[in-house]
Amino acid sequence: MVMFTAMEVLPNLFGSGGDSISSILSMIFYVIFIVFVFYGQRIQMYVMIREVEGSLYKLKYIKEEGRKITIETIKEIGKPQTDPSARVDRYLEYFTISPQSMDPAGIVYKLDHILDVRDSRFKDEVKLMAPASDEVQINNLENTLEAAMALNYIYKVVRHFYIQGKKTLSLYIIMQLQMILPLVMKEAEAYASALKAFADGQPIGDGAGPLVAAKLMHGYETRKVPKDCVVARVPMEGRTALIIKAEGPGGNVGKPGEAVRAVIDENKGKIASVIMIDAGLKLEGETVGEVAEGIGAAIGGPGVDQFKIEEAVVKYKIPLNAVIVKEDIGDAVSPMRKEIADSADKVIERVKNVILERTKEGEKLIIVGVGNTIGIGQ
Amino acid sequence: MSGNSTSTSSRISTYLMMIVLIVLSLSVVALVSAVYLYPSDFQFAVVLMAMGLIAMGMSVYVLFQSRKRVASMKIEAPKVMTTIECKKCSFKSVREFQRGDFVFKDLDPCQKCNDKMIITSIFKEVKEKEKTYGV
Repeated sequence: MVMFTAMEVLPNLFGSGGDSISSILSMIFYVIFIVFVFYGQRIQMYVMIREVEGSLYKLKYIKEEGRKITIETIKEIGKPQTDPSARVDRYLEYFTISPQSMDPAGIVYKLDHILDVRDSRFKDEVKLMAPASDEVQINNLENTLEAAMALNYIYKVVRHFYIQGKKTLSLYIIMQLQMILPLVMKEAEAYASALKAFADGQPIGDGAGPLVAAKLMHGYETRKVPKDCVVARVPMEGRTALIIKAEGPGGNVGKPGEAVRAVIDENKGKIASVIMIDAGLKLEGETVGEVAEGIGAAIGGPGVDQFKIEEAVVKYKIPLNAVIVKEDIGDAVSPMRKEIADSADKVIERVKNVILERTKEGEKLIIVGVGNTIGIGQ
Repeated sequence: MSGNSTSTSSRISTYLMMIVLIVLSLSVVALVSAVYLYPSDFQFAVVLMAMGLIAMGMSVYVLFQSRKRVASMKIEAPKVMTTIECKKCSFKSVREFQRGDFVFKDLDPCQKCNDKMIITSIFKEVKEKEKTYGV
C-alpha cells in the first residue's frame, strides 16, 4: 500500500511532461558543471586517494602475510624455545645508515665495512631466532627476513605519503604517489613471491649467473675463496677457466669482488679475460631469458663489488666481458622461470664463443656467475 | 594483532557497501516506477528505466570490483617443479619441488641403471603469455 503511494508520488516529483524532464536534465547538467568547475580537482584527488588507499590495504595484507610466513618458517626450521615474533618484529625495523659522502674518497671501503657489519649482525640475529638451523638454512632464513623487511619498508613509505597527502590535502603529493604506485605494487608483489621462494630454498631468477657457473664447474673440485664464494679450475676449449660463484645452496650472493681480486692476485695478473654472467633487467617488449653480450662488470648491488672488480682488472689491464640473461624485477626475485633455467645452456654457448674469439689456447681466464645462489649447489 | 589487521584490510568498506545498497534500491524503485508509468507516460517511463538500469549496472559493477579487489589480495604460490636426471642412462623425471631440493643435489639411485640421480633443474612454469602489443 505504502509502496504504491510512493510509486505514484515519485513520477510527480520529476514532472510527467517532456518539458519538465528536459528542464530537470539541464538543471542536473548545470549543477554537475558548476560542481566540477569548483571542486573538480578535489574530486580528482579523492578518486586518487581512494585508489592509493586500495593499494595500501593490499600492501598491508602482503606485509602481514610476509611476516606470518617468516615466523612460521622460523618456527618450523629453527625450532626456537620461545616465540620468535617479537624478535622478528624488531628485525623488521632494522636500518642501515650509509656512510657520509661529503668527502667521497674511500667511501667504497667504508660502505663495504658497514655492509659486512650488517651481514654479520643479521646472521647472528637469525642464529638466535632459529637455533636448530644449519648454515644453509640460516642463509635462507636471512634472505626470507630481508624480503619481509623490504615489504615492511615499502608499506611504511607508501603509508607515510598517503597520510601526508590526506593531512595536507595536497594534490601533488597524492598524484606523485598514485603515479608511481603500479611500479611500487609490482615490486611488492615480487618481494612477496621472493619471500616464499626464500622460505622454501627455491632458486630465483637472479640465480641465472650462479646456475651457469654451477653447470660449468659441476664434477670438478672446488675450493673456498673470500668471501662466501667457491672457485673451480675447469679445462675449456684448450684454456683453463677459473670459475667463481657464491657458495650454495643457501641464499647467498657472496662477495665476487673479493673473490675475483683474490684469484687474479693468485695468478699474478696472468689472466687473459674476465667473463661475468648475471641476470640483467629487461626492457618491456624484450623476451624473458634472452641472452645478450657486452663489455664491463655485470654486477648489481650497492656497487662495492663492481668497484673492486674494476680496480683489479684495471691494475693488470685485463679485458672485462659480460653475458646477461634478461628478465624483469619480478622474475629476478621470484622462483626461477623455465625460460631462465633453459637459457643457461645458451649462455654457456655464448661464453664458449667469447673464449674462442677473445683468448688464445693455453691461457687462463676467469668466469664469474653473479647473483643469489639460493637452491643452486655446485 | 596480525589477525585483526588482516581482517580489516580484506573486508569491503561498510561505507561503500551502504552507498551501493542505496543506489541499488533507488534503481529498483526507478525500474518499478517505469513499469508502473509505462501505459500512461511512455517517454518518462523510458527515461526512468534507462536511469534505473544505468544505476543498477553501476552499483553491481562497483560491488563486483570490490569483491575482485579482495580476491586479488591473496598471494598465490607458483607451482615449482624439480627435474631429476640420471647422467648415465639419461632417464629423466619431473616432480613437484620439495623443501631441501637444490640444483646438483644427489638423490636416490636410478630405477633403470642404479647409478646416482641428480637434480638438474628447478623452475616454475608461467602459464599466461605476455602481451606483445604488436610492436
